[in-house]
Amino acid sequence: MLEKALVGSKRYFQLLGFLAALMIIGGSMYLWQLTFGLGITGMSRDVSWGFYVAQFTYLVGVAASAVMVVLPYYLHNYKAFGRIAILGEFLAVAAVTMCILFIVVDLGRPDRILNVLKYPTPNSVLFWDMVVLNGYLFLNLLCGWVVMEAERNQVAPPKWIKPFIYLAIPWAPSIHTVTAFLYAGLPGRGYWLTAIMAPRFLSSAFASGPALLILLCLLVRRYTNFDPGKEQIQTLAKIVAYAIIINVFFFFCEVFTVFYSQIPEHTQHFYYLFKGIGPYAKLVPFMWVSIIGMIAATLALVFPQVRQNEKTLALACGLVVLTTWIDKGLGLITGGFVPNPFDRITEYWPTGPEALITLGVWATGFFILTILYKIAVSIKEEIRA
Amino acid sequence: MGINRREFLRIAGLSTLMGLGGKAAWELVFPGQALAQYTSKPGALVAKRWAMVVDMRKMTESLAAKCIEACHSAHNVPNMAAPPVDPQVTISDNQKNRWQMKWLWTDSFEHAFPGQEQEHMQERLHKMQFLLLCNHCENPPCVRVCPTKATFRRPDGIVMMDMHRCIGCRYCMAGCPYGARSFNWRDPRPFIAKLNETYPTREKGVVEKCLFCEERLAKGQMPACVEASQGAIVFGDLTDPKSKVRELLRTQYTIRRKPQLGTNPHVFYII
Repeated sequence: MLEKALVGSKRYFQLLGFLAALMIIGGSMYLWQLTFGLGITGMSRDVSWGFYVAQFTYLVGVAASAVMVVLPYYLHNYKAFGRIAILGEFLAVAAVTMCILFIVVDLGRPDRILNVLKYPTPNSVLFWDMVVLNGYLFLNLLCGWVVMEAERNQVAPPKWIKPFIYLAIPWAPSIHTVTAFLYAGLPGRGYWLTAIMAPRFLSSAFASGPALLILLCLLVRRYTNFDPGKEQIQTLAKIVAYAIIINVFFFFCEVFTVFYSQIPEHTQHFYYLFKGIGPYAKLVPFMWVSIIGMIAATLALVFPQVRQNEKTLALACGLVVLTTWIDKGLGLITGGFVPNPFDRITEYWPTGPEALITLGVWATGFFILTILYKIAVSIKEEIRA
Repeated sequence: MGINRREFLRIAGLSTLMGLGGKAAWELVFPGQALAQYTSKPGALVAKRWAMVVDMRKMTESLAAKCIEACHSAHNVPNMAAPPVDPQVTISDNQKNRWQMKWLWTDSFEHAFPGQEQEHMQERLHKMQFLLLCNHCENPPCVRVCPTKATFRRPDGIVMMDMHRCIGCRYCMAGCPYGARSFNWRDPRPFIAKLNETYPTREKGVVEKCLFCEERLAKGQMPACVEASQGAIVFGDLTDPKSKVRELLRTQYTIRRKPQLGTNPHVFYII
């Protein structure tokens, strides 16, 4: 089936070329980082994780959200999603690949990465994150590929794949739960020390992932001869609507506990993010755009008219993707480190090289996504013909 | 001659066990025996549980500076704030702050013990600069989170760091509630004013921290800061009722940093 990726329109190759150019720029910046050290980033002794780990966190959510397509199809026999299950799974493959790359570029000694396997340490959440992420990548590649091949040959998928498909369903929330546990169990970090972190992660994931999938479906419909389907997009839109409502609700649960209890270790991070502490207020405008935009998207998606009009739906989905990205990809990690556990403030902002490496990893993910979607769409077109 | 079948099977079985499960499997069958080979050399200072008491009644700012100097020069800790040794290397003020490396440092009461300060404290508390370092916790979060066991707790309580195994994920830095850990954001060597040839320097990309001078203890010497402190820092075995640390803890009121987090820190402060 890979041969489908080797032929295509001029536009297909232009897109791949553009992404490859970004990958080369990011790659060369990464070579610089390898020679000099992580000092070329904006990270510091106080803010020791930055943009890379934040993107990783956001993308684990996107990856996990594939379950929102797979689960209705396989567990509830919701046939309509059979048409787009492969798009969800391949989005997960691309997202997990980016997650793994973001972890690698964040390491001070990437050459020693296999130490995690050589000295397995079950008490470290990072060890489990490695296990669940690689497992999830494998499961999605396997299930997606085998089911697609069966579809191409117009036969039923082999029976042995069923257990893997069923395993992939609980595996999806597990990757984002484990990722939340990376942060939610650290004693000195009040912003992250909250039992609702994993639920919040899942709700924002199940909003942002399907929202991104809707946008991708609309693109696929526009630029190929395969239509993912109106009903499919509408059902995804309902999923996004419910998930973003729950996400906003969870956010206010957090805000209530933090501000009614008035415990400084917990409030100070919210003050930093939403009000600024003294002259330190770099993230304030972003956080307000995030929360106001998220509420606006929630209100919009509640109305059936907004969802049914695909133009307004696309706008609302774009807003969901952007606002959840600011929340996780910008605020979450920095907000947990500022102020530090001793009430001192070092602000963080990614440097140029750091942003380009980040862009390079995103481009790599979309390069993989483009190829996988090209294969999937070509096969769907072939069957129809 | 040679070995009989039973003997062969026994050896084969045991070697398979070693091969499959490594030391962990060995520990299951012969508990404690693998560790028994790690014994201290004669003349080394040993304890069942090392602990430190910093007596702030005796600690002055200049004395603290001497302790820091003794520690940092003994362990080749780079001083990012000083002009680089290599004139080719340049560093901005922002980078000086971001790339700070410290094993031992000072901070005021409100930042050393946040949440315990009050507006109208005893005056001398406002001026006091507390000497801060790794607390060598009984229940260290850094050890809990490390994915490679590059940081681990020794039976005598020292939280160790294997800089040859560290992958530089910096999870320990997020885990440590005391800010005791520094990451080598760049090659530290141009910032080491005077190289101590008897102690290793580090490479970029790994995390480091105070190790209670385990290399000096092994040679029968007290930690460098203790030696430089003129009696203001006391170091000893917490399990020995006759030790100086126990005597101080018994007779003086001491506080610890963030004990409410359950880490059980083993650096105590007499105010």
